Amino acid sequence: MSAQPLNFVPASEFKQRAAVAVADEHLRKSFRGAMDFLINKRAAQFPDPEALEGQRSLAEHIRKYSLARLPDLLEQLERKLTANGVKVHWAENAHEACAIIIGIAQRHSTRLMVKGKSMVSEEVELNHAMADVGIEALESDMGEYIVQLDGEKPSHIIMPAIHKTKEQIARLFAAKVPGASYTDSVDELIGIGRAVLREKFMTAEVGMSGVNFAVAETGTLCLVENEGNGRMCTTVPDVHIAITGIEKVVEKLEHVPPLFGLLTRSATGQAITTYFNMISGPRQPGEKDGPREVHLVLVDNGRTQAYSDQQMRATLQCIRCGACMNHCPVYTRIGGHAYGTTYPGPIGEIISPHMMGLAATHVLPTASTLCGACGEVCPVRIPIPELLVRLRGEAQHEARPGHPPMVGQGAARSRLVDAIWSGWMALYTRPKLYRAFGWLATRLRVLTPPMQGGWTVSRTPMKPAAKTLHELMAARKRGR
Amino acid sequence: MDQAGSRQYPDKPTKVYLFGTCLIDLFCPEAGIDAVQLLEREGIEVHFPADQTCCGQPAHSSGFPEQTRAVALAQLRLFPEPWPVIVPSGSCAGMMRQHYPEVFADDPGLQAEATALAERIFELSEFLVHVARVKLADRGAPTRIALHTSCAARREMGTHLHARSLLAQLPGVEVAMHEHESECCGFGGTFSLKHPAISSAMAGDKVDALQETGAQKFVSADCGCMLSLNHTLQKRGEGFQGQHLASFLWQRTGGEGGQR
Repeated sequence: MSAQPLNFVPASEFKQRAAVAVADEHLRKSFRGAMDFLINKRAAQFPDPEALEGQRSLAEHIRKYSLARLPDLLEQLERKLTANGVKVHWAENAHEACAIIIGIAQRHSTRLMVKGKSMVSEEVELNHAMADVGIEALESDMGEYIVQLDGEKPSHIIMPAIHKTKEQIARLFAAKVPGASYTDSVDELIGIGRAVLREKFMTAEVGMSGVNFAVAETGTLCLVENEGNGRMCTTVPDVHIAITGIEKVVEKLEHVPPLFGLLTRSATGQAITTYFNMISGPRQPGEKDGPREVHLVLVDNGRTQAYSDQQMRATLQCIRCGACMNHCPVYTRIGGHAYGTTYPGPIGEIISPHMMGLAATHVLPTASTLCGACGEVCPVRIPIPELLVRLRGEAQHEARPGHPPMVGQGAARSRLVDAIWSGWMALYTRPKLYRAFGWLATRLRVLTPPMQGGWTVSRTPMKPAAKTLHELMAARKRGR
Repeated sequence: MDQAGSRQYPDKPTKVYLFGTCLIDLFCPEAGIDAVQLLEREGIEVHFPADQTCCGQPAHSSGFPEQTRAVALAQLRLFPEPWPVIVPSGSCAGMMRQHYPEVFADDPGLQAEATALAERIFELSEFLVHVARVKLADRGAPTRIALHTSCAARREMGTHLHARSLLAQLPGVEVAMHEHESECCGFGGTFSLKHPAISSAMAGDKVDALQETGAQKFVSADCGCMLSLNHTLQKRGEGFQGQHLASFLWQRTGGEGGQR
């Protein structure tokens, strides 16, 4: 269905790409600098730890409450939006989502669609599906515009082009933007992009946006942005199509401010963004502007699988702030592209298995030291480390009794790994055998293998001590 | 998870158990012995159940709950007296304190035992500060050290401040802060074997940061992090090394006579 396969790079080749990424000094330095900047900006917004914990509790409860009522809220949202004149569509997977959007675009004989930032549209690979039917889908968020111009995917969910230096962007613009001459002034570069996009906003028949919060009670689509391109996409073209995941719904308008406040502070360290759009329907008779048609595409794409498990449901609490990746020591080392998924970093490691199946993604939940930095900063308190451990288990075993199997359940299973852990268990549940093993290992310490797999890539081999603590303690006891 | 400061601490006991951990048992037993000596110097009798093996954390974090449960069960009843159980490692202490109850979630009886045991689990530095309330006498020459606190100590046990407060009792010891102090050292148990490239990059950055402080050595209350960093430094041919907090405190305070 699309010119390129659904994922530019397979998630299963994570290890190779990560090895290349950590060897790239430039990438290491630029991600470290960018993440430090974001970490400090966020920290400055939360000077009072107690207040932050209070805000996190509130936000966590709003998200949990919303998810607990998700089926009802989605129905209510559909009723309200329909009454407001918005057409609601349901897409079970990426293919359906693209087909719905292409259908709308083709009914309007669209040649050009301008897009505000939407990770769900990245997730369903919409741009490629559109290109296949001859419709240009142009990203208008500056970061998204840059990565699209260079044929890349975003490397961060909030800052898509964070992996690029201004010099790289300068060269890219000079090469790809008609009439642009080389400049590495950031303001001038933004000016060049803006001039291109202004023109496109005026000619596009369809505008597209994501949704940060969908309010069921009022049928309001809330859109958080800084550049104003989101407002352009949702007001200038005759047709506005919003796309979002089914988990983004909240019940009441009053549930939005606590989430909004934490989203912007956690993401970019802003107390508030420059734009907060609330869209509740198409242009009404007598109104002079706004789209004549508004559509909402609600995408499942594996979310129901996460939803149906009590523990993994917490994955859907996410409000996509990106703080988990900003604080992740692994993401900071390898950048977003190494993951090979739309959502990189810790949130990507726990949500991608639902979207893409464990067969393609089982390595991702292992790409964490379980240091807990992600869980510590998550504004809605998703227990990311616990979910990583859970997914590691699901990739290694059959489904637990009473749990339906995940897509790709047990995909990482191997006889060798099973045998290793069975042997480990046999040793560590038999104290006498364990002590004998310790005695032998210390006596044979000169025979310690010089190569110990991944450990000795950058370390000297582990060598047992001359005597175990067990022996030393037994000797102390005898001497007492 | 309980946060630092929310825990109710008991009075100083006359007897405790030591859970030595599998890494200390095989690779740095001197840290275990020094922990015992620190406790004994406070007049506390230390019991070391000979049948202890491993807390089960490697299997737990690798997604092998059945094997985790079996190994955890083998530890569960080794501590029958109501004495505190001292663990000279933040991550093993975190496993036993935070995760044992959920490991036995399928059996209410065992879960109750696990919860009762979890209540008695103390990371060594936490115990020395809050329960034994040690007063250390510094007997060494002035020195500058760096401190690496494990992520488990920091985020699961809230004990990262305890090592610092013990070191603050030693007037001749200056503790230097290093860049990205709260960041993980890249060990992560089996992570270091599964993702050697990323793990190496993290360990490399950590040893750089520790060395940049100009400290003479670094101290850690976790054997896993310490071994990972020490072996990284050895591979680089560096003389700079880390030492377990228990050993540093014991040596620094002059052994037997080191009470204030």
